[in-house]
Amino acid sequence: MEKSFENLTITNHGIDRRGFLKGMGATGVLLLTANWSWSQEQQKKYGGEGMPGGTKNDPKLFIAISQDGTVYITCTRSEMGQGIRTSLALVVADEMEADWEKCRVVQAEGDEEKYGNQNTDGSRSMRHWYEPMRQCGAVARAMLEQAASLGWGVDLEDVRATKHSVVFPRGRRRAGFGELAEAVARLPVPTGSAIRLKRSNEFRYIGKEQTLSADGEDIVSGKATYGADLRSVGMVYAVVSRPPVFGSKATSYDADAAMNVKGVIKVMEIEGTMAPSEFKPLGGIAVVAENTWAAMKGREALKVEWSDSPNDQYESQDYRRQMEEVSKKPGKEIRAHGDLEDALAKAKKKHAATYYLPHVAHAPMEPPVATALLKDDFLEVWAPTQAPQAARTHAAERAGLPLEKTRVNVTLLGGGFGRKSKADFINEAVEVAKAFPGKAARVQWTREDDLRHDYLHTVSIEHLEASLSSRGKVTGWLHRSVAPTIMSIFAPDQRNQAAFESNMGHGNVPFAVPNLRIENPGVDAHTRIGWFRSVSNIPHGFATQSFVSELAEEAGKDHLKFYLDLLGEDREIDPRSMNDGWNHGENPETYPVDTGRLRKVMETAAKEAGWGKRMRKGRGLGFAAHYSFVSYVAAVLDVEVKKTGELVIHKATMAIDCGAQINPDRIRSQMEGSCIMGVGLATTGEISFDKGAPKQSNFHDYQVPRIPQAPKEIAVHLVDPGKEVELGGVGEPGVPPIAPALCNAIHAATGKRIRSLPIGEQLT
Amino acid sequence: MRTIRLNGEEHRLDAPDDMPLLWAIRDILGFTGTKFGCGMGLCGACTMHMDGQPIRSCVTPISAAEGREITTIEAISKDSVGEKVQQAWVKVGVPQCGYCQCGQVMSATALLSHNSSPKDSEIDEAMSGNICRCGTYSRIRKAIHTASAELKGGA
Repeated sequence: MEKSFENLTITNHGIDRRGFLKGMGATGVLLLTANWSWSQEQQKKYGGEGMPGGTKNDPKLFIAISQDGTVYITCTRSEMGQGIRTSLALVVADEMEADWEKCRVVQAEGDEEKYGNQNTDGSRSMRHWYEPMRQCGAVARAMLEQAASLGWGVDLEDVRATKHSVVFPRGRRRAGFGELAEAVARLPVPTGSAIRLKRSNEFRYIGKEQTLSADGEDIVSGKATYGADLRSVGMVYAVVSRPPVFGSKATSYDADAAMNVKGVIKVMEIEGTMAPSEFKPLGGIAVVAENTWAAMKGREALKVEWSDSPNDQYESQDYRRQMEEVSKKPGKEIRAHGDLEDALAKAKKKHAATYYLPHVAHAPMEPPVATALLKDDFLEVWAPTQAPQAARTHAAERAGLPLEKTRVNVTLLGGGFGRKSKADFINEAVEVAKAFPGKAARVQWTREDDLRHDYLHTVSIEHLEASLSSRGKVTGWLHRSVAPTIMSIFAPDQRNQAAFESNMGHGNVPFAVPNLRIENPGVDAHTRIGWFRSVSNIPHGFATQSFVSELAEEAGKDHLKFYLDLLGEDREIDPRSMNDGWNHGENPETYPVDTGRLRKVMETAAKEAGWGKRMRKGRGLGFAAHYSFVSYVAAVLDVEVKKTGELVIHKATMAIDCGAQINPDRIRSQMEGSCIMGVGLATTGEISFDKGAPKQSNFHDYQVPRIPQAPKEIAVHLVDPGKEVELGGVGEPGVPPIAPALCNAIHAATGKRIRSLPIGEQLT
Repeated sequence: MRTIRLNGEEHRLDAPDDMPLLWAIRDILGFTGTKFGCGMGLCGACTMHMDGQPIRSCVTPISAAEGREITTIEAISKDSVGEKVQQAWVKVGVPQCGYCQCGQVMSATALLSHNSSPKDSEIDEAMSGNICRCGTYSRIRKAIHTASAELKGGA
């Protein structure tokens, strides 16, 4: 018998919140009914408030206490490995004095009107949600204390919440949170002035060195629910044959051959959208079957013929040459001061270098996948999405339904890295679901689909020139960055980098150079370009950090000392003074670029890595430091290049200043992961095009680091900013310094400069 | 119809000879702990045990599993080594996104089952077939050593 989709096997992820509420209601769960609003004193247009939907701190949205004492904390941000379900819930638990062991995390559906912004990218989750979640927990604590004092008829000042209970020490009375749940629900809500946030010395979880995880046990036992783990009887499974070249369309295919594969039940066309196609599907032919394998076999039988495309000529070597030509001439001015021509003309010493970085693919271990069910004029989607609200908007439009009749449930993401911000794969699932009303329809991408149809990290040429004084000081700095822009997926004729790309380490370099010009000559995009973890900081950081190392060598100076000198004296730079009006969306007053903080992470990493020590032949230390996502990261890599050309990374030493460290273990793990991702894009990461199509298709030709290629040790040092600062990002800023530190280390070990990524076979 | 032995129980299912075990077990039998990552045996996300040996179930046809004992992540806690590996994984905080970790746990369990004190080079060899895109490798190494110490301590 066919079960309804509401009876899906959903385990431990709290996806079906309706079921959760219903089920828990029966056993007496009580949502806090507070309708409380913290006074909003912050600037409206920056930070979390500058995001669509803003932030919310209403405890009724985020906290539920059951009479058995379990505290349910709703996470509205998507979990993709950064640990946000753990970290934000820890913040709430700490402020409300809940015992972490008695907390469960519930994942919110996509609804920004209700929950505030959910777009999980830009290393923003903790940065924007730490304060609202603290406030939320603090209100809950105050209400629990109030409930107890009223119940006991004692003064509020004499009771306090501690470790999942409220106690009245003098009367030796104690009530567990569960016992208070019902009374709490009936209480009026305390006003802002009655709420006290904890002092930092009262924290139990915030800032503590401990390893906690909301999902760890479910993950290692196979119980965690990812995008492809939802099941229902009668469900259909689809794979899609998509155009090999962006912009082409199917001209013929053998539907009968596909239908002859046992288990195939339908062959259907999905309409594509020409550039700029935003997050709409590429189009193609979907093969729908009783199981994934049958769908895959059916797709093989299709033998699709594809039309010509305007992008047929996209060939990576040609494109590189085009970009190199373009980089020789001036382009759009991003920022300039002084007289660069004069500085270059008069300089005793000049140096120039051109760097190349190819496209790379996100390749999350979970390829894109989504499930959709259209039933009784209601669309429900289950997907690993970084952008639940955008997914919902797309899904609703595609189904022709209003938003309120569309629900997007967010599963765990098996990696995201920017790929799963895009709803193209969700749109496909909705298309298939429309053809199978009443049945759940899944679209599963294979690894080949993932690598051939990604929103790729941009490809770029970075050309730099500098003049040096006789004492080895940089007197002039020119940086031309040439790269197709992410804006090309949103609007036609976009040839220049947007502010959010240029101000990722290109325009906003905090260097004390009297003559500077930052330029961006334009180029056309020929494939879909998208955000990839740390985005344009990768090419910009690689180029600037490699070039600084080259300049130090030219000047005959130590790299670290030279770089510190280039930064100049400690100062807080208003990003607007660097022509950066974007500043990661943050307030320029409270988020200046602080060269003192950059210096401190540089000195920390250098000291911890033993910078300056003598190294054996064939071994070297390489340095890089980069500011991004309003955090400061330095890295020193200790590498060995063997006679055979084999590269061994003995140790990576990283130092980060991200402001206050809310969950130190997760900051460390993000740095460790960033290091591996940086090593991967530096050593082997490349998607190259021939006749308009990516040449790589799976992990044999798109290689990512495996355990033997990982650094033998990654030491992460968390640097205290030493002053009151706002929170910085964590998920992305660890990536940019790795590739240049690695290549600088290779230079130290061998004398060879790597100016073109990936390193590949260049050492053999 | 055919019969396979999975996690100590017999299951009957209708699947063609060439259907990979991964899809048979996920789509037909409904055990979703084992993950799809590449379909070519390159990434290890789909690692199961067949008669105690780690296999890549995305390239192992179901026909090859007949008469063999298949173990998936869902049952690995019943194995004394597997249980220690899972505990070590949680203690060390290995998982980030976690998608590859079931495969990692299966590979690590197989390694420690025949070598309770692996050296780093042996860990490299045994675990090199399992990709983790989040980059948890240093913690995987640490967790294997932790589990190894636990196994010896508990012996």
